Amino acid sequence: MNIVVLLKAVPVVGTERLGADHLTERSVQLEANGNDEYLLEKALKLTETHGGEVTLLTVGPTNATEPIRKALAMGAARAVHVVDESVRGSDMRATLEILAAALGKLEFDVAFAGADTSDGQGGLLGAALAARLELPYLSYAAEIEPTDGGVRINRLSAAGYDVLESPLPAVVMGTQLLGAPRYPSLRGIMQARSKPVETWSLSDVGIDAGAVGASVATTKVLEADKPPERGGATFVREPTDVAVAQVVDFLASRRLI
Amino acid sequence: MGAIWAVGELADGAPTKLTLELATLARTMAEAAGHDARTVLIGAGAGAAATEVAGYGPDVLAVDVDAALSGRPVAAVVAPRLVSLIDQHSPEYLLLGASNDGKDIAGMLLGLTDLPVLANGAAVEWGDDGPRVEMSTFGGKLVTRSTFTGPRGMVIVRPASVTAEKAAAPGGVESIEVSVAQELPEVRVTNRLEEAGAAAPIEEARVIVGAGRGIGSEDGLRLIEDLATALGGAVGATRAVVDSGWIGYGQQIGQTGKIVKPSLYVACGISGAIQHKVGVQTAGTIVAINKDPDAPIAEFADLFVVGDLFEILPRLIEAIRARKSGGS
Repeated sequence: MNIVVLLKAVPVVGTERLGADHLTERSVQLEANGNDEYLLEKALKLTETHGGEVTLLTVGPTNATEPIRKALAMGAARAVHVVDESVRGSDMRATLEILAAALGKLEFDVAFAGADTSDGQGGLLGAALAARLELPYLSYAAEIEPTDGGVRINRLSAAGYDVLESPLPAVVMGTQLLGAPRYPSLRGIMQARSKPVETWSLSDVGIDAGAVGASVATTKVLEADKPPERGGATFVREPTDVAVAQVVDFLASRRLI
Repeated sequence: MGAIWAVGELADGAPTKLTLELATLARTMAEAAGHDARTVLIGAGAGAAATEVAGYGPDVLAVDVDAALSGRPVAAVVAPRLVSLIDQHSPEYLLLGASNDGKDIAGMLLGLTDLPVLANGAAVEWGDDGPRVEMSTFGGKLVTRSTFTGPRGMVIVRPASVTAEKAAAPGGVESIEVSVAQELPEVRVTNRLEEAGAAAPIEEARVIVGAGRGIGSEDGLRLIEDLATALGGAVGATRAVVDSGWIGYGQQIGQTGKIVKPSLYVACGISGAIQHKVGVQTAGTIVAINKDPDAPIAEFADLFVVGDLFEILPRLIEAIRARKSGGS
């Protein structure tokens, strides 16, 4: 089973900054999006058990190299890094165009996408890619396994989960339940240095640079502010009985009980 | 006149709470914009559910679907029909829910139509000449307000961003049939499995009691459940607690779990790491119970009880029960 894992390089959670142009600053350190790492881990396990290779696909700035190398050290065979100055500030439509064009150039049985990203929190691109590439879409996977010529997942539902099946190729979006990502081994880190990372420009994937980026974005940030302060906590340090009475009074004063 | 559509969802034939919120939002935005509002309901039982939804104002377009499609995922049934309706009626703006199915539908629409998207909306209103969408960004460090640069788009709205309110005059119901040029590539639902002891869902809960690493063990979770029951709420948890296998992933609050907005959040033994904070920072009131007064949750809690939750919780449960049974 050959698997492409869509890996987004996001600012290290907690260090994100917005520039004066209302775009995410690129100087911050990047890491692999947390939800994408669960899919990477599952992809590695599946290929270890059933054969095949894992290819990473990242659309991101130059400094996305670092999380890509880490993912290679975890065990992915190769990476494709779509990097182009014109991409910066792209809206979701343009991001979809680029990802669809790049994914369309790769051969795979399944493409894996994380449930959402820590920076954008959209969670839409897996479904959008599947619809655009006319592939089956299976989402919110808690488990993924190959079938004879297809793929089966357990999709989270309100009551438990639904079992979904489709033929290949397909796009599968998954969750944290797929399992915690491994740490790269020393051997993995050494091997990653010689693994191929192809860098593709927009013209390599057949996208006109004028069709993407901030200047043609269909959405724009009007303003960005710090959220209103919550005002800081009132501390209760009294003995249990007094503390409990204070909590009850507090809840009652806010009409919460 | 332009149009704003709410895209509803059905759960076992009934509209979800988020659907009623979206219908309310479509009505209030359309009033501000001088637009038409509609709610679109697609799925088995849409016709029957439409009357309740119409009570929230907008006229309802109800599209019942063939039982033969019941073996497909919801979004795969809804998205192509919605595309047909959009082609016929050209609404300016669509409001979709940030539920799992809602996001799948929105993603498919993006792939099929190229409509601009603003995702993860925490508050939505009609701005100068289009929707103005507030989002909490970068773990809540920033609040951004965004809009579309053109006259069309879809907004993904988080649960509890608006309060569902019935309209003075209910809307009408129009049951229609929609033909689809092409179904999406087939995915079959081959089984539906219920998990025993699934906890009450947190997305729509008015009160959530959260369990963190400080609960110590699975037994500690019983206290959290008892407090939730006493308060009439649901149980949430941090990722550490979910990873321990003490509670299901469906209860996880935070960056890789759910984003919730209860009126009251009681955080028990939760330090308040940024990954958890993201999921709950817009709660109305946050009460923290923690041994460590320096825990980061002090930065966003309203009341911080410093102490041992195994001493405090049993007394608190008792006090709340007593108060409720006393009727005061």
